[in-house]
Amino acid sequence: MRGATRTGRGRTSRRRAVATFTAALALAPAVAACGSGGGGVTTINVYYAPEQNFQKVVDQCNAKAAGRYRIVLNTLPRDADGQREQMVRRLAAGDTEMDVLGLDVTWVSEFAEAGWVTEWTGENKAEAERGTLAGPLETARWKDKLYAAPKNTNVQLLWYRDDLVQQPPRTWDEMLAAAKQLKDAGKPSQVLATGAQYEGLVVLYNTIVASAGGQILSEDGGRAVMDAGAVEGLRVLRDFATSGVASPSLTNSKEGEVQRGFEAGAAAFELNWPFVYAAMQKGNPELAPHFKWARIPGVTPDVPGKATIGGYDLAVSSYSQHQDEAFETALCLRSAESQKFSAINDGVPPTIESVYAEPEMAEAYPMRDMILEELKDPAVRPLTPAYQSASTIMSKVLSPPGAIDPQATAERLRRELQDAIESKGVVP
Amino acid sequence: MSEASQLSAENVAGASATARGVRGGSAGSTGSARRAKPVLSEGKKAERRLGLLLCAPAALVMIAVTGWPIIYSVWLSLQRFDLRFPDQREFVGLDNYITVLSSPYWWTAFGVTALLTVVSVVLELVLGMALALIMHRTIVGRGLVRTVALIPYGIVTVVAAFSWYYAWTPGTGYLANLVGPDTALLTERLPALAIIVSAEVWKTTPFMALLLMAGLALVPDDLLKAAAMDGASAWQRFTRVMVPVMKPAILVALLFRTLDAFRIFDNIFVLTSGAQDTASVSMQTYNNLIKGLNLGVGSTMSVLIFITVAIIAFVFVKVFGTAAPGSDQGGRR
Repeated sequence: MRGATRTGRGRTSRRRAVATFTAALALAPAVAACGSGGGGVTTINVYYAPEQNFQKVVDQCNAKAAGRYRIVLNTLPRDADGQREQMVRRLAAGDTEMDVLGLDVTWVSEFAEAGWVTEWTGENKAEAERGTLAGPLETARWKDKLYAAPKNTNVQLLWYRDDLVQQPPRTWDEMLAAAKQLKDAGKPSQVLATGAQYEGLVVLYNTIVASAGGQILSEDGGRAVMDAGAVEGLRVLRDFATSGVASPSLTNSKEGEVQRGFEAGAAAFELNWPFVYAAMQKGNPELAPHFKWARIPGVTPDVPGKATIGGYDLAVSSYSQHQDEAFETALCLRSAESQKFSAINDGVPPTIESVYAEPEMAEAYPMRDMILEELKDPAVRPLTPAYQSASTIMSKVLSPPGAIDPQATAERLRRELQDAIESKGVVP
Repeated sequence: MSEASQLSAENVAGASATARGVRGGSAGSTGSARRAKPVLSEGKKAERRLGLLLCAPAALVMIAVTGWPIIYSVWLSLQRFDLRFPDQREFVGLDNYITVLSSPYWWTAFGVTALLTVVSVVLELVLGMALALIMHRTIVGRGLVRTVALIPYGIVTVVAAFSWYYAWTPGTGYLANLVGPDTALLTERLPALAIIVSAEVWKTTPFMALLLMAGLALVPDDLLKAAAMDGASAWQRFTRVMVPVMKPAILVALLFRTLDAFRIFDNIFVLTSGAQDTASVSMQTYNNLIKGLNLGVGSTMSVLIFITVAIIAFVFVKVFGTAAPGSDQGGRR
């Protein structure tokens, strides 16, 4: 009897709990709507990779919006794959809560082809193109239409020690020869580059191929070309890996390892992004005064090296319900003023040429002239909607660089890349 | 019997019931119902109709939540369907299967998965048995011993994987520092696979032990005492008395773990993300389906995994029905 009463009471309270839960469920959308509506003010959701002081840029743009809309910064995961996956998954489901998207320069064609980002036209387009460097702008286009506004760019430089090397080498052959001489003389001689199986290896290879005047994919991204220059690029990469002056941990080196290796003092050269300049001042102050930069080495002496462009572009989601405000937000976040702030505080090189001439830039970017020189004659990674697959295959096939057989590897790349851009093959 | 072992005993019973269902193909509640089929009385028929009606809602829900996704995957696997090229969707028949089955990447991943499965399940069985015996025989602090042994199983796999990952990170990880200052074991193939196996084993041995302990509970003490009286050594008692009696429990534990191990994903995703040919088939499916947005090829891979898992289960269940004494009531009669 007592047992029955207890069960009865239990049932009532459970029913009450269910009722409460149902009510909560029913109310949830209303509460959520309140949150995003902000009492009538439009919210513009920006999704961007972690950048320490980006919130301040957002705050400034919020001040400019003067209450017409409110920009909310949503920080994406730190790794590029994580960023892309989150956006892709939500866009594929038609999520209307994303407005402005921070895209790595290699994703624009993919998002554009899939119809996830809106084309830039008219006044917005003119504003995004005004004063913007041609190289970064090319990464924001797909099929002759503009789909994003370049926010920041990046290029690798050749960094060397001027206490070991008097004249920076112009080509890979010169650099390897100089390194071998240093090695014979028993001095620090290693050449460091990003040779691990990841995007950095693709960047390295793309830089060499572009410098050799070669092409990996056709201009429209529809065909795997792998021409003579691309084969030559494979030879240069293999010769570097087997030269004896590459670091023993080449196949394990990403940007961070490369920089730490240089700071340790066994190397004479490294190919790396400009962040290493500030890192060197902190990591090895004794070596820092001898830490100099030059243009990325070429393949032939008469053609200077072309560096691969990195960086981020801002795009507006096709599913955004506030297109006009989203475009305005994107333009504000990448305005000359914002770019200058980010360049100085977060170390990301600007895409607007005039920003480089600002006096404050001199201290943070002593190498800005060289960055600008490379940006005006750059290498763009192959533009194709299937870049993600193409890149995975390239880093896989090129690993380890010492095992490359130029002709055979080129043939394999051509076959597998063709399958990848037709979305037929298997991605490893 | 403690709550934990009771729980796992139910698990075992449930699993062998499922196994019987799969094997027999009919959902008869007991073995005798099958034989009594032709002579059903009116009352029995009505009872049976009611039973079916009562089952119907559950069956419908099952079809909706498991049947439909499987059918949809099969349908997707027959198409060229890539989210990056939404306009080029078309029916391609078995092309995707030819692509995947002729890809060296797929077979590499398949080999890695099979290797990881066999090695980790064998290790788990040996260690799990030892742990089960310890937990079963403990006299003092029983609850404490069992709780402590079960801690790894209670930790979310991704969290555990991250703690392994950081432990093996050169420079900051304590395990990496034990091995040497400049070694990055996770970037070399065989050491990375060994680390993945150890993470798997550490994580799931308690689960194995739990299932085996339920089996141990089935071994009558009298039998062991009698064997001891007859002069059987401890090892003989273990191999000649305990293992045969426990066999159904061991097989269920092996089946569960093999199916789980074959679908390994989280540990690899966190520890190596599949670099240096350490990707499992699930990892590769993820790369093609979620990262590559290729719904056609990705679905083909998930269908192939589904088929493989079904084959493993089928083989195990066959082994069950024939070789395990006392595993099936019908088999004993």
